[in-house]
Amino acid sequence: MRTGPRMHPIRSIQGLFAAVGRSTLAFFRAIGSVTVFAAIALSHVFRPPIYMRELGQQIIVIGFFSLPVVGLTALFTGGALALQIYAGGARFNAESVVPTIVAIGMVRELGPVIGGLMVAGRVAASIAAEIGTMRVTEQIDALETLSTNPLKYLVVPRVVAGLITMPFLTLVGDTIGIMGGFLVGTQRLGFNASAYIRNTWDFLEAGDITSSLIKAAVFGLIITIMGCYHGYRSDHGARGVGRATTNAVVAASVLIFAANYLLTESLFPA
Amino acid sequence: MTAIKISDVHKHFGSNRVLRGINLEVVNGESMVIIGGSGTGKSVLLKCILGLVKPDRGTITVDGAPPSGEHRDRFLAKFGMLFQGGALFDSLLVWQNVAFRLLRGKNRRKSEEAKEIAVEKLRRVGLGADVADRYPAELSGGMQKRVGLARAIAADPEIIFFDEPTTGLDPIMAGVINELIREIVVELGATAVTITHDMTSVRAIADRVAMIHDGVIRWSGPADAMESSGNRFLDEFMSGRAGTSGAE
Repeated sequence: MRTGPRMHPIRSIQGLFAAVGRSTLAFFRAIGSVTVFAAIALSHVFRPPIYMRELGQQIIVIGFFSLPVVGLTALFTGGALALQIYAGGARFNAESVVPTIVAIGMVRELGPVIGGLMVAGRVAASIAAEIGTMRVTEQIDALETLSTNPLKYLVVPRVVAGLITMPFLTLVGDTIGIMGGFLVGTQRLGFNASAYIRNTWDFLEAGDITSSLIKAAVFGLIITIMGCYHGYRSDHGARGVGRATTNAVVAASVLIFAANYLLTESLFPA
Repeated sequence: MTAIKISDVHKHFGSNRVLRGINLEVVNGESMVIIGGSGTGKSVLLKCILGLVKPDRGTITVDGAPPSGEHRDRFLAKFGMLFQGGALFDSLLVWQNVAFRLLRGKNRRKSEEAKEIAVEKLRRVGLGADVADRYPAELSGGMQKRVGLARAIAADPEIIFFDEPTTGLDPIMAGVINELIREIVVELGATAVTITHDMTSVRAIADRVAMIHDGVIRWSGPADAMESSGNRFLDEFMSGRAGTSGAE
């Protein structure tokens, strides 16, 4: 039975290379475009006018309203981490390392990363949807006709708010995560409360906390830049806004993992 | 004296050549209405004048100055614009929308003073002070258009643009908006450029009319010369016939 014309093998290989080439070019074009957008946005941070009222609003929206989601995820992550380390440590009689590993794991890695991912889901999506809707309903054009630079008015307050609030959110997340481990350790695994706290305190170093805050600030930048970039470039009505929202969350999440690896490499070289 | 001069302006998006050499002059204090079918480039032309879209070729000057450059703020301060969908800022109260320009920039006013001006402008477009403290989403389409109009005139601009001011409104509300536009333009002594495909608006608002089709101006002249123009593009547009010009 005939199934249609067969493509010449050389043609199909050429087609494959062309598709790979197109995707590679599109990828680098996107990186260039995001970099230019971020550079322009950051260059406006120190140039007046600075919209303090909008900055204050964004600090509340991005920072304060993300507290419950960051706190809850950190609590459960800390608790689960304690159970895992206890179960794993029992294989070579090392159950006592639970407080130390929970503290280091939460502060160095899970606090900033899980917090970053949760904020990416909540904030990058909402920023992209809000700015995207403003784009398709001509509100961004309206801003410009009213002598207001949309980058300064919409992007800068969100980026600065992300940069400021993420370290605070992560600090709260780290603390609640350690507390989750403490609750599971003392209530479920039979650890002595004061010994648990002493162990946590003794083994946690200032460098661990600093690395957590540095990671959080970088993640805050990534989340807000991705939300603003995809929203700002949104088009084609509701579908375009939906796509911008999805792209913002996916891009922010992937970049958080990539940045986390690079930061860990540079902060804690093997 | 010429307020806006457009010379040989071209603009394309991908393979779509939207503007193909627009030439047009708008005189100070006149109400120019640009008509044409959907997708003929009317909105793009307005955005080119405002500097929101950069033309591929050609020049645009407003009072002799180009739209972009070092004095962009001063340039934009001359304009007020009513957008097709209102383009009101959802997150701000109605009075904050109207007073947006007054609350920012070099000529910034105090909040109370800006609100007073906003309420006065709202009154001018037939809205009560109670509307001032509502959000745009709480208003009907007609009321949103009026708020957009109040925002456009809030800083007493020299030039006002109206982008499809009656689209989506019932005939009575459209008549009210047309009347308001005419009154306000006369009252402020402003130059007005309106783009529309609503012939009732054209007859109510225009001193002069320009017909755009396929990216070029096909006819321009005084509003009362439209009926006897003898221009087939204009005749087909006015009668709503799809003829040889292929108007949409």
